[in-house]
Amino acid sequence: MSSESMALLGDEAIAMGAIHSGISAAYAYPGTPATEIQEAIQKYVAAYPDPKINSAWSINEKVAMEEAVGASLIGKRSLVNMKHVGVNVAADPFMNAAITGCGGGIVIAAADDPSMHSSQNEQDSRYYADFAKIPCFEPSNQQQAYDMTREAFDIAEKYEVPILLRLTTRLAHTRARVSFAKPRGQNELKLPDNFKKWTLLPSNARPQYKKLLQKQKDLIAYSDASAFNELKITKGSKLGIITSGLGYNYLMENIQDGSIECSILRIGVYPLPEKKIKELASSCQEILVIEEGYPYIERYLPSYLMRFGINVSVKGKLDGTLPEQGELTPGIVRAALGMGSLENCESDTSGLVRPRPPALCKGCPHHDTYLALNEALKGKEKERIVFSDIGCYTLGAYPPYETIHSCLCMGASISMAKAAAENGLKYAVAVIGDSTFDHSGITPLLEGIKRENPFTVVIVDNSTTAMTGGQDTICGETALEKLVVGMGIDQKHLRRIIPLPKQHEQNVKVFEEELEYAGPSVIIALRKCIQIK
Amino acid sequence: MKKDIIFAGVGGQGIVSAAAMIVTQVDKLGFQCKQNEVHGMAQRGGSVVCHVRISDGQIYSDIIPKGSADLILATEPMEALRYIEYLSKDGTVITSNRPFKNIDYPDEKDIINSIEKRSNSIVVDANGLVDELKNERVINVAMIGALSKAIGIEGLKDGILKDVEKRFSKKGEAVVQLNHKAFEFGEAAVQ
Ligand SMILES: Cc1ncc(C[n+]2csc(CCOP(=O)(O)OP(=O)(O)O)c2C)c(N)n1
Ligand code: SF4
Repeated sequence: MSSESMALLGDEAIAMGAIHSGISAAYAYPGTPATEIQEAIQKYVAAYPDPKINSAWSINEKVAMEEAVGASLIGKRSLVNMKHVGVNVAADPFMNAAITGCGGGIVIAAADDPSMHSSQNEQDSRYYADFAKIPCFEPSNQQQAYDMTREAFDIAEKYEVPILLRLTTRLAHTRARVSFAKPRGQNELKLPDNFKKWTLLPSNARPQYKKLLQKQKDLIAYSDASAFNELKITKGSKLGIITSGLGYNYLMENIQDGSIECSILRIGVYPLPEKKIKELASSCQEILVIEEGYPYIERYLPSYLMRFGINVSVKGKLDGTLPEQGELTPGIVRAALGMGSLENCESDTSGLVRPRPPALCKGCPHHDTYLALNEALKGKEKERIVFSDIGCYTLGAYPPYETIHSCLCMGASISMAKAAAENGLKYAVAVIGDSTFDHSGITPLLEGIKRENPFTVVIVDNSTTAMTGGQDTICGETALEKLVVGMGIDQKHLRRIIPLPKQHEQNVKVFEEELEYAGPSVIIALRKCIQIK
Repeated sequence: MKKDIIFAGVGGQGIVSAAAMIVTQVDKLGFQCKQNEVHGMAQRGGSVVCHVRISDGQIYSDIIPKGSADLILATEPMEALRYIEYLSKDGTVITSNRPFKNIDYPDEKDIINSIEKRSNSIVVDANGLVDELKNERVINVAMIGALSKAIGIEGLKDGILKDVEKRFSKKGEAVVQLNHKAFEFGEAAVQ
């Protein structure tokens, strides 16, 4: 992998960028479309174990972020990576790491999923960078993903701030050739001279926050000078376009033949470059903002224009020129530019093309768990809710199962079932996978057991994180059972079932018994995912 | 030169690896390539699509604009139809005729008819191939054979055949031969 160029996914380009930046560790919890970042680092580490890069999966994103801060305190560089909703889980250490600032560089790669290909929402991680007042890099191709990761580590150490690197699904999952720059070595271990900045007592946090505010000017100057914020003025053209990420690609796809004359500012680094925006705005009469995700630049723009005293109109998502929901496509950008559609409507395939949603594999253990649970709940429809969580078992919402009635965020099944139970629901059931349980099911279960709430928790332990491609689970099987025992559950109500067709009758009986028990019970359904190699 | 190709199929059929097989060779031949893959949720028996873009100039968009694909390569006929709006007016559909029925499936004849009605369509008789070679897994190689002929890039066929040999040589000469046969079967479907 040390050859000078390789065909890489956007995710893999970030991984190689981080490795060549001399990271000592990569901390991550899997989640589409980010998973392949950590997997690429793990593959590299397997092939080149020396010098050591720690790259085992973290238990959740909050822990991953804190681990990076720990490494940073002793001077080491690390990459944190996760899907966009993972940043919510990591938000507490993330926000506060902006106040401590970093020692060794910290780069957080957050992969957004507009159109929700594999997610519960399409939140835009640029807002997190803004919220924390730290710089954000946004590549628009695989080469930039590599180059920006390299640069982000240097900037993190130069300005002593963590950096957020934002990418979206299509960039993460497109493969293209990437050229490498000369790798640098890892940082030496170096203890801080002063621990005040790392100890956020109010008396330390206030001066640290002040420092962060004072850095903003320098960061804007850096952003204005950066070649990643690329301004091309076309003299005399009335239209100015500000674009970022994949928006730039879709713009160029449509206008590379020169069909539209415009000035273009491509944003690759935030905070936004003030001078370049001013220069663009002064050159045109109308600005179109093409950005994937929320209208972030578009919202900021009017305040800049007002400050500069420039009066140009702004178009984008807020006025409906571009749709606010979903990912951009070349066709959508084409329409926003007022160009004719390329699509030909000759094809009437209606009636022949049917939806083919994802489904549980034939022989999946969750299948047998759901069949048994459905039978145990038969006749109780008015008094039951099955709260579920995120994983392959969420597919139990679809026919033929239709077993589950909710899915909010990782770990929520247990908290929600507990609350429903104490607020009067007779049969409150939670269904949660082993990886999700480790990630954020432990704390609500501990609460429910200690509060003696009458609810039933089903841990579907398939010994893996299946939905995201089969990453190992930190605590499963016997260790998981011991953990639940240690939480103080009445052991008569810690049940084990094997979700197999031949066990069906027995399993139904276990569910029925525990549903009637007026206290906390945990049923562990243990059988390996059939995709585990 | 520009070739935009949609690879379509059902999760588990090996669409991503089929696309990668083509892209790896085309990349070696010095062309610019982009391959957009599907990972995550959609892989569980759902509909899967992969965008492959090949050009001798710069490629901007990671996905193919609707209405401009040169080819659709489908390992399943309904999946060929699902992405038909990506095809350009004179674009070509290459599809296997073997349905994958994990859903309430319409009459497969209607699907094949609807594809064959198009002026540029190639239906590879994957059913016949499976009967002949008694092996389900060779369908992808047959489809790649058809595609490689249809794209007509010099050196592509040799590269792929070498790759096939490398991949399957561990499993013995018979398996390599089987895949060669499948490749030629696919090629023969393209005039
Ligand atoms: C905060 C957050 N991080 C990551 C994900 C991505 N994700 C969805 S399901 C899942 C893991 C599921 O594993 P498990 O609970 O063991 O269930 P399985 O798929 O194995 O049945 C992950 C990592 C997410 N949705 N939210
Ligand atoms: S990958 Fe494993 S857990 Fe997911 S549906 Fe298939 S068998 Fe079930």
